[in-house]
Amino acid sequence: MGRVFSGAVLAFLSPLAAAQNQINMSPGVTEIGADIFELHMLIMWICVLIGVAVFAVMFYSIYAHRKSKGHQASQFHESTKVEVAWTVVPFLILIAMAVPATSTLLEVYDNDEAELDILITGYQWKWKYEYLEESGEPVAFFSNLVTSQEEIYNTDEKGDNYLLEVDEPLVIPTNTKVRFLVTANDVIHSWWVPEIAVKRDAIPGFINEAWTRVPEEGIYRGQCTELCGAYHGFMPVEVHAVSRDEFDAWMAAKRGAAAAQTQLAMQTLSVDGLMDLTGKDDG
Amino acid sequence: MGEHHHGPAQGISRWLFTTNHKDIGTMYLWFSFAMFLLGGFFAMVIRAELFQPGMQLVEPGFFNQMTTLHGLVMVFGAIMPSFVGLANWLIPMMVGAPDMALPRMNNWSFWILPPAFLMLASTLFMEGGAPAFGWTFYAPLSTTYAAPSVTFFIFAIHILGVSSIMGSINIIATVMNMRAPGMTYMKMPLFVWTWLITAFLLVAVMPVLAGAVTMMLMDIHFGTSFFSAAGGGDPVLFQHIFWFFGHPEVYIIILPAFGVVSQIIPAFSRKPLFGYASMVYATASIAFLSFIVWAHHMYTVGMPIAGELFFMYATMLIAVPTGVKVFNWISTMWRGALSFETPMLFCIGFLILFTLGGFTGLMLSIAPADFQYHDTYFVVAHFHYVMVAGAVFSMTAAVYYWLPKWCGRMYNEAMGRTHFWISFIGFNITFFPQHFVGLAGMPRRIPDYALQFADFNMMSSIGAFIYGASQLLFLYNVIATVVAGKPISDEKVWDGAEGLEWTVPTPAPYHTFEEPPLVPKPAGTI
Amino acid sequence: MANSSSASAGHEKYYVPESSSLAVRATIGLILSVFGAAMVLNDMTFGGAEESSTSVWVLTTGLVFFIFTLASWFGTAIRENLAGMNSGQLHQSYVLGMFWFIFSEVMFFAAFFGALLYVRQFAGPWLAGEGEGGRMNGVLWPGFEFAWPPVTTPQEIVGGVDSQVIANNGAFVSQEKSMAPADAHAWYAWLPMWNTLILLSSSATVHVAHTAILAGSRKKFNRWLGITVGLALIFLGLQAAEYYEAYVLYGLTLNSGIYGSTFFMLTGFHGFHVAMGMTMLLIQLVRSVRREHFTATDHFGFEASSWYWHFVDVVWVFLFLFVYIL
Ligand code: HEA
Ligand code: HEA
Ligand code: CUA
Ligand SMILES: [Cu+2]
Repeated sequence: MGRVFSGAVLAFLSPLAAAQNQINMSPGVTEIGADIFELHMLIMWICVLIGVAVFAVMFYSIYAHRKSKGHQASQFHESTKVEVAWTVVPFLILIAMAVPATSTLLEVYDNDEAELDILITGYQWKWKYEYLEESGEPVAFFSNLVTSQEEIYNTDEKGDNYLLEVDEPLVIPTNTKVRFLVTANDVIHSWWVPEIAVKRDAIPGFINEAWTRVPEEGIYRGQCTELCGAYHGFMPVEVHAVSRDEFDAWMAAKRGAAAAQTQLAMQTLSVDGLMDLTGKDDG
Repeated sequence: MGEHHHGPAQGISRWLFTTNHKDIGTMYLWFSFAMFLLGGFFAMVIRAELFQPGMQLVEPGFFNQMTTLHGLVMVFGAIMPSFVGLANWLIPMMVGAPDMALPRMNNWSFWILPPAFLMLASTLFMEGGAPAFGWTFYAPLSTTYAAPSVTFFIFAIHILGVSSIMGSINIIATVMNMRAPGMTYMKMPLFVWTWLITAFLLVAVMPVLAGAVTMMLMDIHFGTSFFSAAGGGDPVLFQHIFWFFGHPEVYIIILPAFGVVSQIIPAFSRKPLFGYASMVYATASIAFLSFIVWAHHMYTVGMPIAGELFFMYATMLIAVPTGVKVFNWISTMWRGALSFETPMLFCIGFLILFTLGGFTGLMLSIAPADFQYHDTYFVVAHFHYVMVAGAVFSMTAAVYYWLPKWCGRMYNEAMGRTHFWISFIGFNITFFPQHFVGLAGMPRRIPDYALQFADFNMMSSIGAFIYGASQLLFLYNVIATVVAGKPISDEKVWDGAEGLEWTVPTPAPYHTFEEPPLVPKPAGTI
Repeated sequence: MANSSSASAGHEKYYVPESSSLAVRATIGLILSVFGAAMVLNDMTFGGAEESSTSVWVLTTGLVFFIFTLASWFGTAIRENLAGMNSGQLHQSYVLGMFWFIFSEVMFFAAFFGALLYVRQFAGPWLAGEGEGGRMNGVLWPGFEFAWPPVTTPQEIVGGVDSQVIANNGAFVSQEKSMAPADAHAWYAWLPMWNTLILLSSSATVHVAHTAILAGSRKKFNRWLGITVGLALIFLGLQAAEYYEAYVLYGLTLNSGIYGSTFFMLTGFHGFHVAMGMTMLLIQLVRSVRREHFTATDHFGFEASSWYWHFVDVVWVFLFLFVYIL
């Protein structure tokens, strides 16, 4: 039903809009994503219904009580009864919304008992991912936008994942509770992947927690959602969810070259990537 | 000295030295309109860049400057001064006072505004460019990482604050002290009520904003660490202080608009306002709640869950008093004798679109859902519905409604209605699709976007150009009216209009109510 | 508050000045001041010292202009009152204006007290890895422990600017001592306590002055008002001594992390307000001594200044409690 309604609105508004234009939130792939989506649809429909009811009254009045039709104004201006009613009823509706909202929020905040911890650090303008594990070589790397300047400045055809593709994505195992520890090195950023319904601000000097458990393998894309300077629009997030086996293999390979790799990442990626977009690298 | 009251002085000194509330009101109104055009121009730059994916017109850094200045100029330069202008013109006439309580200070409140905005605009030409950290100027992007022009920005904010505080003190003193005998509080027109409460909000929160920018200034120039974790401070502290100001600020923007609508709807319904007393209480409740909901802008900063829940519940509550207002307006129309002149059209537009924006506000207030909405175009859509279709529409309605009274000339009704319809349609083409792209995942404050957002952005830009162009029609209509509109002389321009301001001659003489008027008796109404 | 208002004023004419250049002059002064101040600060922080002399000129010109304009503004208001142009209703407008002005000042201080509260209750513990808001922070600031007054900054614990995770946030050096009573040489040498006593008694003396003018006794009024101004001066002197102690002996500066920040901002703004209040009272004193202004029924200039003074006093009580004691 939601789709029909929105579709109707869309058709009314825009001959431009092609079928692939997404007009609603994505339910995503995770349980929490689905919960949030349902909550979103619930409140939206409640609002739509209230809106329809309220404006039906108004439009009827506009139609039927026009002066041009010779309608005479009555002079009533008070009624304690209705006023109490329309104070109490909305209040009850709000309670009905607050209940599912509270339980979903509690779920979102359930950061305990994670099987894998990943430290995410926002930089102007790239992300750094560090796998925090008790044993083994630490694995850490930067993740930069790879969309070319030519695409951005319209001299090249724009690719499918324009602005949403990175050199090294974050890799996580499926069906595992992964906890993200989010922080930043310079200004505030925000790490967001709509499909897994995780958005957490990265505050320099503080660590925020968030978690996910991705049931399906796939590539999930998102963006930085807190204004963080000139290239805020150019620091995407790309998450690859892979099977546990694949993840272990990937981890092992990473570890192999770990020490050198980390070193390298630190040195080279801070000067290329987005920096050369402008040709200047002031911090 | 000052014994014989005559008309205004001649020439420029009339405006520079005036202490007359009508002159000052006029200056505020024109100034805010100029700022609206400037802020609108910045919006046009934004929409032009976002017309297509890819960078076409401006560089990313400059885009951020446009976004920042657009927000600042619209909020502090266009909307707030416009309602102060309205208050200046109308409150003394509505309560039967000879002028504002403190006329010289009134003039000062106005005159510090233009240079402050000049200073703000001049940052565009400074080294490192204008402020580029959003109108919310979160630290440390606005402190450690800001361009040197931020110092000028900080002082500009200080001055805007001083202006607002003085303006509000004046309004409070006028309302509390200058009412004509018999004009009891519960007989005051609702516009006066909403402004009294707004003025209280302003006096309470503008100093807090001043505190916030002062801490920024210290962090930038004197090595303090309010917003730096390394020294034991916290960047999120900035957000708490900012939003303690910022949330009441959005009601500062909308409450006078509520007041305007509460004057105009009864006039064109030819029926007293429904539920006058509950309107007053609802306004006061909204103002009270506005102090305890600020962190709903910060659901994703990592607050403890108790805070998250508290701010969610408190925010949701605001729907109740706001709903009371909406229902009251509709009940006012119910079984009236409605006619649809331009002011009424804008009020109906306000009613529909503001409520829509209120609904999206309610959706945003649901914390877990806001994790998906936050900092996307869904938020941008929300606040343009409440601020453009809310505040700007009602301000436009106010101008059409009172302009004939002010200048004794009638505007062109056909052109007014055309303005409304183009605005209404253009507005919705601009901002309705932003709900879609927002939900689909487009972050705000980005100069370039992924390809799946292209169609709706183009639509939005086209709508913005239409809406922008319609404002030029408005400008033309107002100027044409002032210069050469059809002269009118009946006191009550509109047959349904009620209130003291409609008892003085048209155009309103330079000085009104030098002797307190007799307050008519329509108890509980107006 | 109520007696002077509308009742009798009903048919008096409300004085509306015809026109006035005061506002525009004050604007010029104010804008020059802030523009100059911004220029000075930018020269200071971002280099360009060679231009700083012009910036200082803009600033001083602005300030001088502004202060003179304010003086002539208040002078005008006083002359109007003496000429009998002010009705009881106008007086009531002044009362309301002053009241709401003081309220706005209260809110200004509230921002800084709020910051202090937030840092002590939330941010501080979180940085040390305590509480729900910061349980993972040990990763960033290993070993940092929170105490108030703080003994270190998070930055120092991880080894200073160079080894902190967070880039480019300035250098914060913690103080050797705080201003809490524990760090005082001896209780009788603890300046804040003396300052509290002084301010509290100055509130009392200004009240005595008020009762004196109400009783029409100018001599007594002058004496007690003079004493109040004297106490204010002593307060400022002690405050200066305390700052010297902090800066030079304790190494407590604006750079001393959040403790130094909140300490100096709160006491500094308060001190500034004391200086303002003192100036206001001093002017009233001069008016009374030199011009014989004020009568038992007409002394708003003094009354407003005294309200301001009580406000400054109350702020100090909170300051003493939250900055020094608790
Ligand atoms: C005029 C300005 C204005 C107004 C009036 C409002 C009104 C409201 N706003 Fe809005 N808001 C802004 C201006 C405004 N807002 C701005 C500028 C921002 C963004 C700032 C930035 O980040 O740049 C913002 C952002 C914003 C956020 C943060 C979003 C985010 O960044 O993630 C939230 C979250 O709770 C929110 C909520 C609300 C609510 C609950 C209301 C309520 O007051 C709405 C109440 C009204 C109704 C609900 C409709 C009428 C009621 C009925 C018909 C009764 C029955 C209804 C029900 C029971 C459902 N707003
Ligand atoms: C009351 C305040 C107000 C008002 C009236 C408006 C009005 C408009 N705003 Fe608003 N806007 C904000 C307050 C306001 N805005 C705020 C607070 C933000 C957040 C800033 C931030 O993120 O920090 C924002 C952000 C914002 C964005 C998001 C930018 C981003 O995230 O990067 C966009 C994008 O479309 C936008 C568009 C518009 C448009 C098209 C109008 C139109 O309504 C404007 C119409 C007016 C005119 C166009 C002027 C008149 C015409 C001319 C000058 C002639 C030239 C034009 C033509 C010939 C076509 N605004
Ligand atoms: Cu990083 Cu926006
Ligand atoms: Cu808000």
